Amino acid sequence: MLDLDKQAPVRAPQDRSPASGRSALLATGWARLLLGLLLPAALVLAWQLSTAAGLFSVVQLPPPAMVFEAAVDLLQRGELARHVAISTQRVLLGFAFGAALGLAFGALVGLSKVADVLLAPTIGALRAVPSLAWVPLLILWMKIGEDSKVTLIMIGAFFPVFTTVSLALRHVDKNLVEAGRAFGLKGLKLLTTVQLPAVVPSVFSGLRLALAQAWLFLVAAELIASSMGLGFLLTDSQNNGRTDRLLLAIVLLAVIGKITDAVLGIAEKWAVKRWA
Amino acid sequence: MTAVLSPGHAPARSARPGDAGSAALPVAFQGLRRTFGTGASAHTVLRDVDFEVRAGEVLAILGPSGCGKSTLLRATAGLDTPCAGSVTIGETPVAGIDSRCAVAFQEPRLLPWHTLQANIAIGLPKGTSAREGKAKVARLLELVGLAKFAKHRPREVSGGMAQRASLARALARNPAVLLLDEPFGALDALTRIKMQDLLLDVHRAEPTTVLLVTHDVDEALQLADRIIVLGKEPGREGDGATIIRTVEVPGPRPRDRGSAELARMRSSLLESLGVDGH
Repeated sequence: MLDLDKQAPVRAPQDRSPASGRSALLATGWARLLLGLLLPAALVLAWQLSTAAGLFSVVQLPPPAMVFEAAVDLLQRGELARHVAISTQRVLLGFAFGAALGLAFGALVGLSKVADVLLAPTIGALRAVPSLAWVPLLILWMKIGEDSKVTLIMIGAFFPVFTTVSLALRHVDKNLVEAGRAFGLKGLKLLTTVQLPAVVPSVFSGLRLALAQAWLFLVAAELIASSMGLGFLLTDSQNNGRTDRLLLAIVLLAVIGKITDAVLGIAEKWAVKRWA
Repeated sequence: MTAVLSPGHAPARSARPGDAGSAALPVAFQGLRRTFGTGASAHTVLRDVDFEVRAGEVLAILGPSGCGKSTLLRATAGLDTPCAGSVTIGETPVAGIDSRCAVAFQEPRLLPWHTLQANIAIGLPKGTSAREGKAKVARLLELVGLAKFAKHRPREVSGGMAQRASLARALARNPAVLLLDEPFGALDALTRIKMQDLLLDVHRAEPTTVLLVTHDVDEALQLADRIIVLGKEPGREGDGATIIRTVEVPGPRPRDRGSAELARMRSSLLESLGVDGH
């Protein structure tokens, strides 16, 4: 009766024609990884050359080999693993709690006008407080322990998630929400069927920002009051004039931070494909 | 599709075993009025709408843009609350989202993260068992010619196909009143004609009450039993729109698109809409 099936479905074409050889190369994972390592490799080389040429004193900038030896030394004494493990644990705990709270409050403020009016100004003001300002208060309240550090990181992770989620929920396609309502969805069912899936991609970009923020706040927490962790390694090395360990701590922060971000990035890619 | 609907003949309702199919209900508008805004910026879109839609009829609502066609439909669905007057479906007035209605919007409004199948299932009435629901969605997919695309996402199919899925979602509700808000407006001419035929097939199989908002006079003449024209009464341009004309469309459907009588009605309706009908 009707030849409805003859309409061709519109599919997004996969733009991977052999003609565009350069973009094909850039698209493969391994090539990207290798190319991304080019600049760090060049930096290490420049570092090596400049120290070998005697441009800097050993205290100013020790050669890469010395930093590597410092790493091996700390590793053999079991300290390096402990520093890395405790820092990672603090970041992950603080990130998890902060992100969960950010999600909850973001959903509340994004969906309810009343909650928005009541809460948004206060949360906005709290966000304006610089991270270091919290440290004395947290130490006073919670003593120098894990609690105060995890709480500080939690504060850092909370805001990016809160902001992205509350904004994204406010901008969910009104037509979709109305269609959901027209078919009898409301309250929690409407939230889980229409609103939350619609903001999944923004939630993930908020989570990535929050994770980066968590590492920033970690160092703030550990610089001031700690006996373990990468932040402690930084201050301790500064006090002892161990520039090699100081550089090691910085490199480790960069590498671990990048790795956790990459893991979250993979999850984000999957989620965007699934939900967008 | 021909297995489901034989062309030209109206399959009896019993041809669909297991389909509860709510009986079509009449819709009555009484003194309906809708004003947006308050104070000096208030402007009335609709006023004094009194009309009775018969159970099972196809009513086309025509009018220039901004005359409140969609507002009338939204009031029927309970998506919007009139400032005065009431909408009554069957015996009970509409208060809040009405589960006896199903809406197909101008845009498909499908959830992009669900398959077409899952999108259609959203229309199923509350309390449908999983097995029953699955069978019904499969039947609707067949009916709108999307069986092969059940597992596709909305963005993987054409606009016309998405719009058919949207219609299927509305039908999944077994509505007593089917509300169509310019559902074919954004489609190309050929797809539109196919969709109109599909709607007639569906209505033949399940004669529910249909309110069809359109700005296309030809579409109204093809599909409707009756047409109402919304517009501003001469001399009361400052007020909102109301029903300025009601037309019975003669002849059984499908109607000959080239008929002389329809052509006459067409130019007369165009005149009511303020277009030179020549």
